[in-house]
Amino acid sequence: MTTATKPPVLVVVQLTGGNDFMNTVVPYDNGHYRDARKGGLRIDEDAVLKLDGEFGLHPTLAPIKELYDQGDMAVLHGVGYPNSPRSHFRSMDIWHTCEPNKVGTEGWAGRAVRDLDPSAENPVTGVHIGQGLPRALVVSGVPVASVADLSTYGLLTSIEQEQKRDKMLTRFVNMYGRAIGTGPVNDYLGRTGLDALKGADILKDGRAKYSSGVEYGTDQISKNLRDIASIHTADLGTRLFYTSHVGFDTHANQQPTFDRLWTDLARGIADFWDDLRAHQADENVVMFLFSEFGRRVRDNGSGSDHGAGGGCIAIGPRVRGGLHGQFPNMAPEALESGDLVPNQDFRGVYSTLLEDWLQLDPVPIVDGTFEKPAFIQTVGAA
Amino acid sequence: MPDTHDVALMAHLMRRAGFGADREELERRVAQGYEATVEELVDPPESIPRADEDLLFRYMPSLETGGPVTDPGAANWLYQMLNTQRPLEEKMAFFWHHVFATGNSKIDNDNHLTAQVKLFREHGLGNYGELLLRIAKNPAMIYWLDNNENHKRSPNENWGRELLELFSLGVGNYTETDVFECARAFTGWTLGPKIPRVPNHRFFFQFEFRPEEHDFGEKTFLGRTGAFNGDDIIQIILEQPACARFIARHLYNFFVADEAQVPAWDIEPPRDPEAIDLMAKTLVDNNYELKPLLRLMLNSDFFKQAMFQKVKSPVEVVVGTLRLTGDLQGLTQAVVPVARESGYMGQSLHNPPSVEGWHTGPDWINSGAVVSRVNFVADHVSDVDLPGVRNIVRRVAASNGKEMSPAALVDECVDLIGPLQVSEQTRAELISHAEGDGALSWAGDDDYAASAQRVGEMLALIAATPEYQFG
Repeated sequence: MTTATKPPVLVVVQLTGGNDFMNTVVPYDNGHYRDARKGGLRIDEDAVLKLDGEFGLHPTLAPIKELYDQGDMAVLHGVGYPNSPRSHFRSMDIWHTCEPNKVGTEGWAGRAVRDLDPSAENPVTGVHIGQGLPRALVVSGVPVASVADLSTYGLLTSIEQEQKRDKMLTRFVNMYGRAIGTGPVNDYLGRTGLDALKGADILKDGRAKYSSGVEYGTDQISKNLRDIASIHTADLGTRLFYTSHVGFDTHANQQPTFDRLWTDLARGIADFWDDLRAHQADENVVMFLFSEFGRRVRDNGSGSDHGAGGGCIAIGPRVRGGLHGQFPNMAPEALESGDLVPNQDFRGVYSTLLEDWLQLDPVPIVDGTFEKPAFIQTVGAA
Repeated sequence: MPDTHDVALMAHLMRRAGFGADREELERRVAQGYEATVEELVDPPESIPRADEDLLFRYMPSLETGGPVTDPGAANWLYQMLNTQRPLEEKMAFFWHHVFATGNSKIDNDNHLTAQVKLFREHGLGNYGELLLRIAKNPAMIYWLDNNENHKRSPNENWGRELLELFSLGVGNYTETDVFECARAFTGWTLGPKIPRVPNHRFFFQFEFRPEEHDFGEKTFLGRTGAFNGDDIIQIILEQPACARFIARHLYNFFVADEAQVPAWDIEPPRDPEAIDLMAKTLVDNNYELKPLLRLMLNSDFFKQAMFQKVKSPVEVVVGTLRLTGDLQGLTQAVVPVARESGYMGQSLHNPPSVEGWHTGPDWINSGAVVSRVNFVADHVSDVDLPGVRNIVRRVAASNGKEMSPAALVDECVDLIGPLQVSEQTRAELISHAEGDGALSWAGDDDYAASAQRVGEMLALIAATPEYQFG
């Protein structure tokens, strides 16, 4: 029943707004944590879902605790980069472009898609589920399908007569093809138009094949994960999925917001893996969760401010489960402007995903060589 | 018959300084004159009305209520954009929504965003410094950037940082210390009690200054030292040359031609540095009054020469299409679902992706957005029952006698949907398509109906061209 011969697939879930990682994987036994989070955000020992004597998951992560217990979930501590700017946009840009010192224009995930499909043969090698396109996926000339709603995806759908529509779409192909070569914006527009049409046709065929016994939640992230599952199980050649879960900027009134976001997400993730297992399509998938930064160690009374150094989570049968890396020193004197000092460069984490999972050369994608945490099983290991 | 170039230029002005106009309006405005039209847009007399908000709330009170969804507010705004006769006022409100980007994803009280947009509508053509002060006291903004959590003993720097980074100066024009000192100066600028609850929607927040929460101590901000409060900070910001340049560049990017994205502005030089210099100087010379700057910009050569130099934003696509086709005029429940359409193209009103606002220009284009844009416009312009499309059909029918060649059909449609400029290759494709069904006849009712369908189909194909994505 092994699907080891199928090419590896990466599902990126971006937690937008700065997830409070130290309240996600809680260092409940750390006195500095208890001191710093006395403003109401502290998760006490009796509430956490214990992973070991030091760390426990936030109670809302209960649906995915099982994945951890099975050894399918890796927690990566202390991930970040030096001189964190603490601005959402800049931080997210850095995560997206791997350019901490200047404004980058190319996204790492887009570069990965380019290397996975160098001649851009399949316009659905990379698929974004959501509105617009995050910069992580933007590389000029690299097609990435962006699907807000999989069920209505198609072009010139108002022209009901199929034959007429086909003729118009032929004209569409000619016009967009001819726009290429008449300037950078037109190049981009032309290629995007052609890829949109081709991608829509492929996804339409794929959608028709999907059925599932798993009943997902009605929230947006569950819907997005379901769309990913349906495209993945249809075997369309998609190698990289990307979606976002938004609203983590909890400066104030953090607790109810955080609880809702993680309740939806944890259930969505559990459903997603149930669905993939039922389709025997889970073996070649790794899911990766990240956020642009963690939050300040000390809470501000009802929420938490922008911090540095957060953490990431990787899930999948081929993940080396457990806790990875060193949780940064939380002693007040070890903090930098009140923030954790990251000890694992995020580009090293990407490098593990790129090299050990997607079998790509990470150096040109993340622009350098960084220490790689070993959270992916090497081929042959169980 | 007005000169084609004059119509094209007027269409350009109305796309940028408004949300587009149908041919009747363009011809009326050409007769009125370009500069007179600019003057009417920039400084509309009292006699020219906004959309009738009282009527909206009398018959569709749900669009006044708040809640966790953006639909009522977005629908409310779409109604205003479609029915106002003061289009620049509405376009400026939309511009400020880009700059002071506030989202209901966090506010969770959509009526507060409607109130914020109303502030932009009423003051967005006024003085930038005054607007900055008003937005600093705007309840939705205070909650969005947590200034209600900015206390003397535990300063919250969210508002202080974004005020400098995104609302006035831009990265590179202040230090981390300035951010912190700025936050201190705005401590105690908070929200008043949330009661009483009004009958059919949630309570309204009010701005309140609480002296016991305010840090009256000395601050050092942008090289100046004093016991500054928020008013002082805004005054010091306005004295920075970077401020006028930042706002000028925002206006240029929104109204004239696509610039790099905001986070790159301290690295990427402006596309037209002379225009930015002139616009910034005009702002400073007029004490940050916006009307003189808008007048200068819209009458300038750099503006007139920038035709089709911008990728249309999703809201421009939606509102422009509805205004062109005459759909959803007046009061109709249909504004509610249609107000979600721009979101499918990547731009939800009342819900920018972050406080940075939307990334514009080519960033509007991705394969998903192309599909949504083309489909929305094609759905509308191919519907020959819509009043605007009926008018286009009538004009096409009247243009060339009873018989019409495929090439004439294409040229008339390209003219009436814009006037649009298409490449020779695109024109050739359109003509080839039209030739597939031969010449057109407008002789009898049956022929007229069949030809009308072909006009609608041609307009749909034009809407799908690469050229139509620019405005």
